Amino acid sequence: MTGPSMQQTKSPWRFARALPLALPMLALSAPAFAADAPKIDTGNTAWMLTSTALVLMMTIPGLALFYAGMVRKKNVLATMMQSFAICCLVTIVWCVVGYSLAFTTGNAYIGDLSQFMLQGFAKTWNNDFLLGGSADETIPESVFMMFQMTFAIITPALICGAFADRMKFSAMCIFMVLWSIIVYSPIAHWVWATTGWAANLGVLDFAGGTVVHINAGVAGLMCALVLGKRVGYGHDNMHPYNVGYAMIGASLLWVGWFGFNAGSAVAANGRAGMAMTATQIATAAAALGWMFAEWMTKGKPSLLGIVSGAVAGLVAITPASGFVLPGPSIIIGVAAGVGCYFCSTTVKNFFGYDDSLDCWGVHGIGGIIGALLTGVFAFGPLYGGSGGSAHQFLLQCYGVGATLIWSGGMSFILLKIIDMTIGLRITRDEEVEGMDITLHGEQIV
Amino acid sequence: MKLVMAIIKPFKLDDVREALTPLGVQGLTVSEVKGFGRQKGQTEIYRGAEYHVNFLPKVKIEVAVPSDLAEQVVEAIMKAAHTGKIGDGKIFIMDVERVVRIRTGETDAEAL
Repeated sequence: MTGPSMQQTKSPWRFARALPLALPMLALSAPAFAADAPKIDTGNTAWMLTSTALVLMMTIPGLALFYAGMVRKKNVLATMMQSFAICCLVTIVWCVVGYSLAFTTGNAYIGDLSQFMLQGFAKTWNNDFLLGGSADETIPESVFMMFQMTFAIITPALICGAFADRMKFSAMCIFMVLWSIIVYSPIAHWVWATTGWAANLGVLDFAGGTVVHINAGVAGLMCALVLGKRVGYGHDNMHPYNVGYAMIGASLLWVGWFGFNAGSAVAANGRAGMAMTATQIATAAAALGWMFAEWMTKGKPSLLGIVSGAVAGLVAITPASGFVLPGPSIIIGVAAGVGCYFCSTTVKNFFGYDDSLDCWGVHGIGGIIGALLTGVFAFGPLYGGSGGSAHQFLLQCYGVGATLIWSGGMSFILLKIIDMTIGLRITRDEEVEGMDITLHGEQIV
Repeated sequence: MKLVMAIIKPFKLDDVREALTPLGVQGLTVSEVKGFGRQKGQTEIYRGAEYHVNFLPKVKIEVAVPSDLAEQVVEAIMKAAHTGKIGDGKIFIMDVERVVRIRTGETDAEAL
């Protein structure tokens, strides 16, 4: 197991692991070691501030537009409202307990409450923040916390694609707050914190294939199963309000994803450049994969198809981006584009669940394809590890399986509890009339 | 006087207007409408979900003309709106009892 543990010490999240040890040390002995202490690197900090803004842009307005463009006219504003409200809710949750539960020492499964209300920042706001002990790789902890917050925001927002058009807004707010604390923070801790069991096992996840995409995907699948189908699913015309919105949203996601993936290098360095390279290539390959698959099976290449393929590619390259070379990026992209196309069409129709905007079909399946192929195509020298192997592939399977079970199971329980108490679903009449006017009192005329 | 009402393909509207102007047609009303005829509808596919759209978008034009001009107007619309494919539309010709211009109170032929 020396291989995987070595990979972990070189992972982009190594500074997070150094944090719990570094902070008390800095607090106690800062004067004595002031001359030797690592300085905040302005280049890295500037890039991470930029990345944080880019990733926030993915949710608002990126994801809001992407999803709103795909729902019917009567639900466009309600769908935008979901992304925006989740952005606000999770910001507060992350400040109060989310960050602390995800990124403090705790145990192998969850952090502790030492950063409750981000209380540590009062003392450490201007401190150097160790990035794996290397003096030229430091950013302030506030920037790290903010960067991570934007990930915590987009993950629950992705789930909205599965229950579009039919979930009560009140139930959604409660579900998202609880889900962020009970599902997201622990999984982020497993994979990205020093003490997390998946990190120590050697599971590779550069920017969140398991933590963000498989996590949101399987939670979405549970939502689709527990809430049931939309009224009229399968026979009513549910054509999207404006595929142009979806295209703008997907494009904002693509641009923002450079912050998501290249930002996950947590430095403005060669690995960030490689992550950006892999991201662009895989996304293009996946978009083309979906387009040609649709063209061959349905006769026409659609705009919604090519942008869906691009998102599938972005998802799949997320865990792999800092670990793979350009060639394998194309393979991962094509696999995601074609694989997600069939899961969002043929497979979904076969089983008959109403994953309305394909949260599971794109994020779940794309995330799994990316996470598993990372174990095949990881290039050792890029991260100082041993590269892709059968052993690494099995580790990846383990990480994927654990995420599916915890996220799927806890999401199911949360949904059932909310359903039994305040109810999950809007009434049939509200659903037919549309959520914009019935839940929010406004509409597109 | 006759009222010529035609349902045409939306992209043929400009061709029709250009064909009517030389005939001395002084006014025209245009509405965006939906409906179905022999063309029935069309199929749209979004991520593999196929929706049959029953009502297709069309443009309805209405033009009131002196009776002796009606036949030329109908012919001009027929020629301009024709593609030869299903869904080209229809023309309806109706008698008009009375026409009044609101501004001046002129009636019938003077009001056209």
